[in-house]
Amino acid sequence: MATLELSMQDEVSAPVRRKRKLGLLFWIASLWLAVILTLAILAPLLPLQNPVDMDMLERRAAFSSDHWLGTDGLGRDELARLIFGARVSLTVGLIAPMIGLGIGGALGLLAGYFRGRFETLMVGSMDVLLAFPPLVFALAVTAYLGQSIPYLTVILGVLGIPAFMRVSRAATLSLARREFVIAAEALGASHARILLRELLPNVILPLLAFFLLGVAVTIVVEGALSFLGLGVPPPMASWGSMIGEGRDSLDVAPRLAFLPAAGLFLTVLAFNLVGDTMRALTDPRQGAL
Amino acid sequence: MVAFVARRFLYVVPVLLAVSLLTFLIASLLPGDLAYVILGDQATPEKVAALRHDMGLDQPLWWRYLSWLGHVLQGDLGRSFRTGQTVLQAVSERIPVSLELMLMAEFIGLLIGVPVAIACAARAGGAFDRFMTGSAFAMLSMPSFLVAILLIYLFAVELRWLPATGYVPFTEEPLANLRFFVLPALTLALAEWPGIMRVLRSDMIATLQEDYIALAKAKGLKPSRILFVHALKPSSLTLVTVTGINIGRLLGGTLIVESIFALPGIGRLLVGAIYTRDLVILQGVVLLVACGFVIVNFIVDMLYAVLDPRIRHGHA
Repeated sequence: MATLELSMQDEVSAPVRRKRKLGLLFWIASLWLAVILTLAILAPLLPLQNPVDMDMLERRAAFSSDHWLGTDGLGRDELARLIFGARVSLTVGLIAPMIGLGIGGALGLLAGYFRGRFETLMVGSMDVLLAFPPLVFALAVTAYLGQSIPYLTVILGVLGIPAFMRVSRAATLSLARREFVIAAEALGASHARILLRELLPNVILPLLAFFLLGVAVTIVVEGALSFLGLGVPPPMASWGSMIGEGRDSLDVAPRLAFLPAAGLFLTVLAFNLVGDTMRALTDPRQGAL
Repeated sequence: MVAFVARRFLYVVPVLLAVSLLTFLIASLLPGDLAYVILGDQATPEKVAALRHDMGLDQPLWWRYLSWLGHVLQGDLGRSFRTGQTVLQAVSERIPVSLELMLMAEFIGLLIGVPVAIACAARAGGAFDRFMTGSAFAMLSMPSFLVAILLIYLFAVELRWLPATGYVPFTEEPLANLRFFVLPALTLALAEWPGIMRVLRSDMIATLQEDYIALAKAKGLKPSRILFVHALKPSSLTLVTVTGINIGRLLGGTLIVESIFALPGIGRLLVGAIYTRDLVILQGVVLLVACGFVIVNFIVDMLYAVLDPRIRHGHA
C-alpha cells in the first residue's frame, strides 16, 4: 500500500513541479543580463578607452591588442562604445518603464478599486494616448523638446503608462471582489489600507513581470529613435545610434553594425525571456498552452 | 447593430477631439517657437513679434486651438513654410507608398504566419511546433531596424540581388517598383508574422479541443478538412483583431523602414519634417496619423461585431 500511495503522490505533484522549473534558457538569460548590467554600471571604472575620443588615423581598424573589437568609422574604440552604449540603453530602458510602472500602476489600482467615473475617465484618456502610434508620439515630442537622455526617458516612460495601467486595472478588478478584500472592508479598513495592504502586494507581482517586458520594448524604441539619429544626442553612444552609424559601412566593415545589433538583440531577448517566465509564474490562469 | 455602431461612434468622436487637443498642445506648449524656427536664430525681436502677430501666435491658447480646429475641420491643415506645399498635398502624395508597403508587409506576414500556425497547431508540442514557437519568440525580440540591416547586408551588399534604397512609382515601372518594395516589405513582414502565428496557433489549439471537432473526427472527416474548415474558420475572427492591433506597430515600423530604404512615404515625410524642423507638416502628419489610427481601430471593432454577434449584443 505504501508504494501505491507514493506513486499517486508523484502523479499529483508532477505538474506543479514542472511549472516551478525555470529552465536552462531562463538562467542563461539572467546570467547575460547580470553581465551586461555589471559592465554597464562599472563602465567608468573599467580600463576602457574614452568612447568619444576620435583617432582619424585608426578608422575602422581591425581587432588588435590596442582595440580589442577594433575601431568605428571615426576611429573610436568599439569595445568602449559598446559598453558605454549599453549604459545608455539600459539607463533609458530601466528608468522609463519605472515611470510607467509607478504612474500607470497607481492609476490602474485606483481605477480598478474605485470604478465609476474615475475609471471611465482613466480608460478614456489612456485611449487617447494609445491613439498615437508610440514611435510617432515619441518622435513628435522629441522634435519639440530636443534630444537629451532625460527627455527621452520621460517620453518613453509616459508612453508606457497606458499598458501598465491596463495590467494593473485588470489585476485589481479580479482581486477587488475576493473574500480577503471584502473581509478587510467588513473589518472597517480604510480605502488606503485596503489599497496598500491588501491589493498592492497582489497586483505588484504581475506588474513587475510586465515591467521586464516593458524594459525590452523601451530598449527597442530607444534603439529605433537613436538609429534614426533622433534619440541619444551624438557623440554619445547608444546601441541604436551605433547600428545607425554602422549601416554606412556595411560593405567594408559589417561588424560595426552587427556587434551592437547582437548586443541589442540578445539583451532584448533576455529581458523578454525572463519577463515571460515571470509572467507565466504570476499568471494563475496558465492553461495547457 | 445600428445601436452598437452608434454607441461606438459616440465614443470615437470625443477621442478624436482629445487627440486633436493633445496634438495641438504638444505643438503649442513645448518649447520651440514657430516664429523663431521660420526666421532663424538671428531674427530681431520686432520681426518675430510681427510674424507672431501675423500667424496669430499672440492670441490666447484656447482661441488658437478653436481656430486651428475650425481650419482642420474644413480640411485646411496648414502649409509648409519650407516647401510651400499644403499638408494635405504632401500627405496624399505619400499615402500610396505607405499603403503599398503596409499591405505588402501584412500580406507576406499572413503568408508566413498562417501556414506556420496551422502546422504548429496540427501537432502542438511536436518538434516543428517547438522550433517555430521558439523562433517566433526570438523574432519578437528583433526590432525592424535590425532585420532591415541584416536583409540589406545579405541581399543588397553580399548577394547583390535587390536594391537597398530607391523608389519609382508603380504606374511608371511596375516591376522596378515591386523590386524596390521587396526588402522593406519583407523587413516588416518578418516582424509581423510572429504575432500572427502565436495568436492563431493558441486559438486553433483551443478550437481543436472542442466537442464538435471530436464529432467531426468521429464522423471520419479528413484531417485536412477538419483543420482548414472546422478549425481555421472560427479563428478568422482572431486574425481580424490581430491585424487591427498590429496596425499601430506596423505604422511605427513603416516609419523606420521607409527611412532606411528611402521610400517616400508618410514615415519619411514625418522624419524629414523633424530633421528640417518643419513644424506645420509635423503637426499635420501626427494629427492625421493618430486620427487614421483611431478610425482604423473603429473599423476593426465594427468588423469584429459583424463577425461575432455576441459582441454587438453586449454579451462578450
